[in-house]
Amino acid sequence: MNDEQAPAHTAAEPVPVLEAVDVTVRYPVHRARGESVHALENASLRLIPGRTVALVGESGSGKSTFARTLALAQKPTSGSILLNGKPASAQGRRARRDYARRVQMVLQDPFASLNPLHRVRYLLERPLRLHGSVTGREDLEQRLRALLERVRLTPPERFLDAFPHELSGGQRQRVAIARALAVQPEVLLGDELVSMLDVSIRLEILNLLATLRDEEHLAMLYITHDIAGARYFADEIAVMYAGEIVEYGSAEDVTQTPAHPYTRLLLDSTPDPDRMEFLAGRTNREDGEPDAATDDYGEPPDLVHPPSGCRFHPRCPLARAACRTESPPHVQVTDRHWARCVLLVEPGDGASRDTTTAEVTQ
Amino acid sequence: MTLTAAPPARLTWRTAPRRLIPANRKARVGLAIIAVYVLVAAVGPWIVQSLMGLSPTEITGAVLQPPSAAHPLGTTQDGTDVLAQLVVGTRTSLLVGVLAAVVSTTLSVAVGLIGGYYGGAVDSVLGALTNVFLVLPGLPLVIILAGYLRGRGGPFAVALVIGLTGWAWGARSKRVQTLSLRNRDFVLGARLLGESNPRIMLVEVLPNLLPVISATLMLSLVTSILAVSGLDFLGIGDINTVSWGTMLYFAQQRQAMVSGAWWWFVPPGIAITVLGAAAGLVNFGIDELTNPRLRGARRKGAQ
Repeated sequence: MNDEQAPAHTAAEPVPVLEAVDVTVRYPVHRARGESVHALENASLRLIPGRTVALVGESGSGKSTFARTLALAQKPTSGSILLNGKPASAQGRRARRDYARRVQMVLQDPFASLNPLHRVRYLLERPLRLHGSVTGREDLEQRLRALLERVRLTPPERFLDAFPHELSGGQRQRVAIARALAVQPEVLLGDELVSMLDVSIRLEILNLLATLRDEEHLAMLYITHDIAGARYFADEIAVMYAGEIVEYGSAEDVTQTPAHPYTRLLLDSTPDPDRMEFLAGRTNREDGEPDAATDDYGEPPDLVHPPSGCRFHPRCPLARAACRTESPPHVQVTDRHWARCVLLVEPGDGASRDTTTAEVTQ
Repeated sequence: MTLTAAPPARLTWRTAPRRLIPANRKARVGLAIIAVYVLVAAVGPWIVQSLMGLSPTEITGAVLQPPSAAHPLGTTQDGTDVLAQLVVGTRTSLLVGVLAAVVSTTLSVAVGLIGGYYGGAVDSVLGALTNVFLVLPGLPLVIILAGYLRGRGGPFAVALVIGLTGWAWGARSKRVQTLSLRNRDFVLGARLLGESNPRIMLVEVLPNLLPVISATLMLSLVTSILAVSGLDFLGIGDINTVSWGTMLYFAQQRQAMVSGAWWWFVPPGIAITVLGAAAGLVNFGIDELTNPRLRGARRKGAQ
């Protein structure tokens, strides 16, 4: 349970199709003062065919930046994106197209991601013409139908000539997914792709994605703030906080035995029948007063001036004095489960947390 | 899976014209007036000259006749027919206005779209160019250029001058619109799909600019007509062509007002005024169509 048990499993692990290595992204905000938003810090991730990695975190934790960087829509400040082991580039039209053929992204808001002035037919025709080597009218028509059927928009004739505004949110997101699938990519990046949808439709879309992933052997990145949904859908979960990946492991491990205090807070905020005793033990509301330390009432961190040491320390219920100054160690909890928290190296009891830290932030 | 919204009427040759008529009443009235002008410009000269036998240039002995059966709008001091002049002048003025409006709108769309889409150095250069044209005093410049041309090249040279100097404001508004469209998800989506930049500009962004483009086209159509009429009235346009402006120029030269020949200068004046009002109505209508807040206010006021 420490650093010495270095990742020895890499040899046995399947080859990732898309890999991010120590990617850092900073957006300049105030050039004169040289300030920048530290949107992403040294994030690494591997996407493996047929498997889903969920990127979980609150708003502003850098999830979308990470996805955009993986789609090469955002240039990393440092670090690299490897496609099949080779550095990926989207400089120039050819490179962008070649990359698009392999990596596709479905955006969050199906009301914004489809041009309102184009019919579904056009929206699906473009990727086919750009990447699908269509042979003729007949072939195109058949492929359009097949695509709509694959995302369960049937009968296809009813949808081909529709404009996006004539479709419901779930139907639009299916069109967006069909658009990405038309390319026959190896990697599908989904940026909160169900968060804008009605709860009743989310499960349908997630099941559809799971089926497609298994059928097409897609490597999938699923970005969400809903850790319960991630547990249901993903094989691995990466928890992000303030631009850093703070915990990584299989979906089961991360949700059942969370190692990082932030993951625990995330799980606390989700009702989950399997974990009710954990919930009951931790909520502390007898006094009726919001307790800044035990309940999460903290502010999202300022990413222009990120907190020193562990970025989570101002909100951490278990923070110690050391957390303010020392950056937390990378700790291998089990074979495929790691987290960045000092408590994993020197576990203390939760009661001896540094209360002064909590007060300072108020 | 069923469609939640009722399926819209399919676009056929029978339903297409209905889609062209805007739901907004102001826009409808304005467009109807403009349609009348276009109709007059298209078939009016033929009706007046061939069917009614009136000539806009022929000098006759019937000098300064008030409206009568033979000359429905009377005659000028040279004995030419005012109705014929007005109708032929409508064609000239509209053609000049359309040419100037198309030139200036095309330029403004090109500059605004390219600058707004690419940003960076391209935007800086095009922005500087736009600003130069913005600070150039428009009308004096047009007067100098038109005065230099002295009627050479006919009314279309003047139209070109007006078009080439009047695009800057339009370019600004289109640049701003493009800036907001560029950051929309569907543009990012097209980029991630591997579409080329020119195609994204033309197929994804440009169609979304159409409301703004049509609004500026209408506005610049009318301002161009007014500018050309103004130049003609001042006598620095091409005074050999018949247009609303030259009608007013000669009416003023020959002191129509003093001799009480109201039928000489009132018709072109009304023609210009009504066209200006129509363009204004269309602009208000487009504003209400594209800005839902104005629509809401109107509805609340009506209740």
